[in-house]
Amino acid sequence: MNIIRIFKTVFLIDFLTGLLIAIKETFKPKKTINYPFEKGKISPRYRGEHALRRYPNGEERCIACKLCEAVCPAQAITIESTAREDGSRKTTRYDIDMLKCIYCGLCEESCPVDAIVQGPNFEFATHTREELYYNKEKLLENGDRWENVLAANIKADNPYR
Amino acid sequence: MEYVTLLFSEIYKILYVLIPVLVSVAMIVWLDRRIWAFVQKRRGPNVVGPFGLFQTLADALKYIFKEIIIPASSNKIIFILAPIVTMTLALIAWAVIPFSEDYVLADINVGILYIFAISSLGVYGIIMGGWASNSKYPFLGSIRSAAQMVSYEVSIGVIIINVLLCVGSLNLNDIVLAQQKIWFVIPLFPMFVIFFISSLAETNRPPFDLPEAEAELVSGYQTEYSGMMYAMFWLGEYANILLMCALGSILFLGGWLAPINISPFDIVPPPVWLILKILFLFILFSLIKAIVPRYRYDQLMRLGWKVFLPFSLIWVVLTSGYLLYFDLLPVY
Repeated sequence: MNIIRIFKTVFLIDFLTGLLIAIKETFKPKKTINYPFEKGKISPRYRGEHALRRYPNGEERCIACKLCEAVCPAQAITIESTAREDGSRKTTRYDIDMLKCIYCGLCEESCPVDAIVQGPNFEFATHTREELYYNKEKLLENGDRWENVLAANIKADNPYR
Repeated sequence: MEYVTLLFSEIYKILYVLIPVLVSVAMIVWLDRRIWAFVQKRRGPNVVGPFGLFQTLADALKYIFKEIIIPASSNKIIFILAPIVTMTLALIAWAVIPFSEDYVLADINVGILYIFAISSLGVYGIIMGGWASNSKYPFLGSIRSAAQMVSYEVSIGVIIINVLLCVGSLNLNDIVLAQQKIWFVIPLFPMFVIFFISSLAETNRPPFDLPEAEAELVSGYQTEYSGMMYAMFWLGEYANILLMCALGSILFLGGWLAPINISPFDIVPPPVWLILKILFLFILFSLIKAIVPRYRYDQLMRLGWKVFLPFSLIWVVLTSGYLLYFDLLPVY
């Protein structure tokens, strides 16, 4: 036993085995991806940046029921609403403080009309804090930009809801 | 007028060696990171330029524009001097490295002693940096580094004696030419292995990177450095690694000699062979960085003083006895 160990130490057997493994591993396919150019697969349920969706005719989905505001555990959502001439209730203000938000997805779950959703976008870092206080325009713009993906995601996740 | 011409021709010659060395240092940093990544199945830097080759240039540019922070309680003159010393010492040793029989800046007769002296001085840059920072981690790191470099230099010195016994000259070109029949790596293979491991310790590479052990010393003697001064330490370190690879290939792998002196091999210009050998050793350096865990300090010291030194001393006796018995001692 001891002699084998001395033999192994003197001839650097373990070390050379390690070196051989290292050389072998060098030629194996890589486990990482070229991040900014290719991205990992994202589940339809992914909870990324928020968006407010519209109906196909351009009308906002949000009915200002304030369920999301009530359910938000971080109290990141602030909603003010008013009644329009046609009697429908719409928001005048819909703010999300993205710095308070914990991305739990409860707002999306609570929404009865699929208005507020969390999209697949996770690259919305900014230079200042102020840029992360999202208001209604910003959220609606997100909704317009990601509508195709959002609709597809909601459809894909529908059987499990 | 005569002096001016001489001055310019000398500067021209210096630049002829220095610029390739600096460029290859930049490339070698990239290669190091890339190999390290490949062993871990990552991709490594591959965005800047073809295959990410210009990554180091981009990094250097970033370092130039970063603020240099000099700690208030530091000894400012020594603090600024330390990276300059490291960088300069790493570069001036290249003066005697022969790239071919006449492509050498200074073909001095004590070339190997010169390199040995310069690489011994290299520890001063680290000690100065650690001392002048006036902070505990750099100080501990530089103490470790000093002890480590001194102890491994002893065994490197004894190993070089082995080679010198076979050559009979301190001139690096003579050492290369003496290997025309057989590279010293074959008869002196154990010495080559010990030289390689010692040069890992000498350049503070893993598994002997205790001076900058990030787990306990943040990053050792470089902790307080920032911006261009940090980059100079970094470049100096890699220039040193390259120098040890060059020294290893000159002492044991036949320097700029072709492996076999027959038709397809002797067309290739000699510097290419030296570069290939340096690259081979460097790839080993970076593979080892990826696979080994860090030594404990007492193990490091034990390996240096209780294993390498006696073993290489015994080998000196063996080599000289062999040469004397078979009457092979070189006569100059």
